[in-house]
Amino acid sequence: MLRYALKRLMSLLISLAVASVVIFAVIEVAPGDPASFMLGVNAQEDTLAALRAELGLDVSKVQRYFNWVGGMLVGDFGTSYTYRTPVSQMIADRLWVSLPLALYALTLSTLIAFPAGIYAAARRGKPGDLTVMGATQLGIAVPNFWFAMMLVLIFAINLRWFNAGGFAGWENGLWAGVHSLTLPAIALALPQAAILARVMRSSLLDVLGEDFMRTARAKGLSRRQALWRHGVRNALIPVLTIIGLQFSFLLAGSIIIEQVFYLPGLGRLVFQAISARDLIVVESVVMLLVFAVITVNFLVDLAYAAVDPRLRSRT
Amino acid sequence: MSRNLIFGAALSSLVLLAALISFVWTPYDYAALDIPNKLQPPNAQHWFGTDHFGRDMFSMIMVGARTSIAVALVAVGIGMALGVPLGLTAAARKGSWLDEVIMRGNDLVFAFPSLVIAILITAVFGAGAINAIIAIGIFNIPVFARITRGAALPLWEREFILAARVSGKGAARISAEHILPNVANLLIVQGTIQFSLGILAEAGLSYVGLGAQPPTPSWGRMLADAQTMVSFAPHLALIPGLAIIVTVLGLNLLGDGLRDWLDPRIRVARA
Amino acid sequence: MSLLQIENLSLTIHGADILKRVSLSIASGQIVAVTGESGSGKSMTALAVMQLLPNGADAAGAIQLEGKDLLNVPEAEMCALRGASIGMVFQEPMTALNPVKTIGDQVMETILIHKAMPRAQAQERAQEVLTRVGLPPDRFPLSRYPHELSGGQRQRVVIAMAIALRPKLLIADEPTTALDVTTQAQILELLKGLVTEYGMGLLMITHDLAVVADIADRIVVMRYGEVVESGATVDLMRNMQHPYTRMLFAASGHQVTLPASPAPSPLLEVRHVVRDYRLPRKRLFDTPGHHRAVNDVTFTLNRGERLGLVGESGCGKSTLTRSILGIDDVQAGEIRLDGEPVFSGHKPNPAVRRKMQVVFQDPYGSFNPRHRVFRLITEPFHLLEKPPTGSERQDRIAEMLTAVGLSPDDADKYIHEFSGGQRQRIAIARALMIRPDLILFDEAVSALDVSVRAQILDLLAELCATYDLTYLFISHDLSVVRTITDRVMVMQAGKIVEQGETEQVFSYPQHPYTRTLIEAAPILPDIGVTIENTLN
Repeated sequence: MLRYALKRLMSLLISLAVASVVIFAVIEVAPGDPASFMLGVNAQEDTLAALRAELGLDVSKVQRYFNWVGGMLVGDFGTSYTYRTPVSQMIADRLWVSLPLALYALTLSTLIAFPAGIYAAARRGKPGDLTVMGATQLGIAVPNFWFAMMLVLIFAINLRWFNAGGFAGWENGLWAGVHSLTLPAIALALPQAAILARVMRSSLLDVLGEDFMRTARAKGLSRRQALWRHGVRNALIPVLTIIGLQFSFLLAGSIIIEQVFYLPGLGRLVFQAISARDLIVVESVVMLLVFAVITVNFLVDLAYAAVDPRLRSRT
Repeated sequence: MSRNLIFGAALSSLVLLAALISFVWTPYDYAALDIPNKLQPPNAQHWFGTDHFGRDMFSMIMVGARTSIAVALVAVGIGMALGVPLGLTAAARKGSWLDEVIMRGNDLVFAFPSLVIAILITAVFGAGAINAIIAIGIFNIPVFARITRGAALPLWEREFILAARVSGKGAARISAEHILPNVANLLIVQGTIQFSLGILAEAGLSYVGLGAQPPTPSWGRMLADAQTMVSFAPHLALIPGLAIIVTVLGLNLLGDGLRDWLDPRIRVARA
Repeated sequence: MSLLQIENLSLTIHGADILKRVSLSIASGQIVAVTGESGSGKSMTALAVMQLLPNGADAAGAIQLEGKDLLNVPEAEMCALRGASIGMVFQEPMTALNPVKTIGDQVMETILIHKAMPRAQAQERAQEVLTRVGLPPDRFPLSRYPHELSGGQRQRVVIAMAIALRPKLLIADEPTTALDVTTQAQILELLKGLVTEYGMGLLMITHDLAVVADIADRIVVMRYGEVVESGATVDLMRNMQHPYTRMLFAASGHQVTLPASPAPSPLLEVRHVVRDYRLPRKRLFDTPGHHRAVNDVTFTLNRGERLGLVGESGCGKSTLTRSILGIDDVQAGEIRLDGEPVFSGHKPNPAVRRKMQVVFQDPYGSFNPRHRVFRLITEPFHLLEKPPTGSERQDRIAEMLTAVGLSPDDADKYIHEFSGGQRQRIAIARALMIRPDLILFDEAVSALDVSVRAQILDLLAELCATYDLTYLFISHDLSVVRTITDRVMVMQAGKIVEQGETEQVFSYPQHPYTRTLIEAAPILPDIGVTIENTLN
């Protein structure tokens, strides 16, 4: 088990290293000099040089890359070109919105998808299955930001159960924060739940066709007992992969959803940074998102081993 | 043929037809402003109503279909053109360093959701439909590479491939002659699915301003424009949303239908 | 009274007739074998007793277990019977166990699901049963997972699950078909012992008549969903009534006569061949270990000779085959065909390849389903510098299809239009297409029903006479190798442990392993019928 975890950890580190090089290289291609952009066209050469030194732009590219990565390792993401404040502080503030939102949505999506998928698989071909499948077919086709607008129209504008946008802030209590993230989380979660439910169903149906399910029935387990005791855990293996992938979709999706609800999350930050050409912020936020995705996939790999003993004993 | 296939094909061709017709005819000029008639709900003159500049929504939807389809189609093309050969190569050289490099590269690309790629590209080169195509296309490459490799690997263990190798055929020739035709069905099905995901992604990118830029109409941007007016003119949001849903639903049903339709034949061929 | 009494059982699945008025009975302590070729309905009969039939199945008649008609028992009550009163063992031990649960949990589940005893006692019972089936807990603790066991050991676990509550009836559906011959002998011995010890009735489904003759008290022969003949084993074998039964027995022990082989002149020379597989690293920075699949193998195959290669799964015979075919390079040693090396540098040598062809085991996986027969069988032309074209090509296709007993018109069909036996004929036609000097038959008749197998063996003997074939016949089936080869080699753990004239090796085996193999193989008693005299 430890061997397996170490091996996965190695590949996590390599992925992160390569990803950081790619992101750095892409941003480096960007035309223009941040210092002259910040100070305008009429800036003096010596003020520009001073600013470049302050921003750490006066060294070679390789040096800058290592400064950037080295800084991130100790939590220093550099200084925003536009706001002249530490990027790490800006990100940390926004992360308290985006991360809870993604996790909230992931929880909702899993809570909806598992029962729906298992229910449909257990009733394959019957009306219950067809209803769930029809609903998921529709769920997949709905763009989440449009769904979000509809939720706002119904639950905020007409019914007034929620605010149409904005974030109450965690300082006003857990409930206030959760309440203002509920509509965005639902908007994010439902389309993903539709996908997850379909994966759960087809994975479970695959498992139901396995020989060991027949063995279980031959032991005297009822259809339902066999499904729960032998089916679900085996069916989880492909489902975990999708949950891992979904996390990246949810993070990306939350960037869009934040626009609908005017939430002060990473999405808002990154769009402001793009329009202000604050590339150091873009670079860091992208790196953070990629870091999150890679780390979640690492956790999924560990979860595999927890579910599947064959992985534990192998390499 | 299943109901899925017929219904899906009908919806998809409806959208495709609308996009094609828009090249030669739309009820109104999609860009023509008509301020006195702004924000009209759907009626006999304007089937889908008008927007806040009095532009005809029906015409905009038709032209928007063009943008959506073009972006998604080219993105699928990029994904297939690069992903399928990569997947075939990785499968043919299973376990080699080449396979390892291709698959690790795929994993890496998977860590960049298409929106993140779009953000990077836009930050560097500015927004535009081309960037949306590239962003979605890049994300499609590992999808097709993985699915091709996954389907090709068990084929390489099959005895008809061994027979071809005994007949002196090389990996490239076997991949083209034996592997590709036997994974083609799967690729067609995945192609329709990626196509529908591309439509969704394009809409999302346009909505946040990273996709097609004005004056090119796009469903995603129509929704972005509608956002502030949704309380008094809900049709502005409803109609582009329904257009997206119809298109994506149609393509997904088509994909499912194709899978069911193509699959039994493979099974019959094997049985 | 009998334990199980099946009366006029008829079964349709989605309207298709699967079983027609099947009747049979089993008494306690009795072993009844149901046999027949594929499609005979023997497995469906077993599943009908378990009431585990696929969707769309509709059964009529009666299945009485101690007087209770299982066809009328509600599902909840049936669940209580399964595992407690009726146990079942399946064919594929590799997939019959849940991979994510320990063997202890899986054996205990049988006990706990029926609430037969509290957990602590159930655990004791599980250990007891596993010990009984040959997996004592000191060597096979309950915490083992299925993937840590071999196929034979897994089958023992499946048996342990089935007998944990001492059912009155045990159903075994081809329980040894997926196992090696030595393992098969042990499992059969175990089943026999359990029947005597517990006084169970055993309903055994098998296609292997040698196994039937070895183990069964009574035989039921089925064809196309009907019982064609049944009776006590001894009586039935002595006095077969139905021509199909006679044909089945005759085909199982079918013998062919090969033409005499010419004076020895070496064709294939294998010298000190070693083939290693890399094992996955045990630790992160370890040098990866190796598994020596083929270990210093040396032999010569003479022109016109028919050589057999026998051994159990994992002995390295498939790996050796791949190296001879030039698919995988060897680590040491040399393989020469007609004086030329199969590998020149580390590349396969095309001049050698064009002298060799192969016929594989699986008649379903051997052909690209998207090509027509003419394209399939002319694939080896790719090896030739100047492949025949036009009418010459057409003539060759027609000649080969005729030679293997098919019609030239079959060239335009797709492979799915043919039966398993016909496909194997097409595979032979493909191999013969370029008139190779050497053909490798890799388990080429192992997947076929006995009657079809007999026909293919006849075809081979015929082709030996027409085309002076030289072949290497790789098989796990000793009886087939015995009749179809002049010389034989026995392989164990990567080494050839014995080789010699086939009759000599089988009659007077020298190596202990050869003796074990031959003793383990169940023997079909000679009943004095041949295929030729079955139809009188």
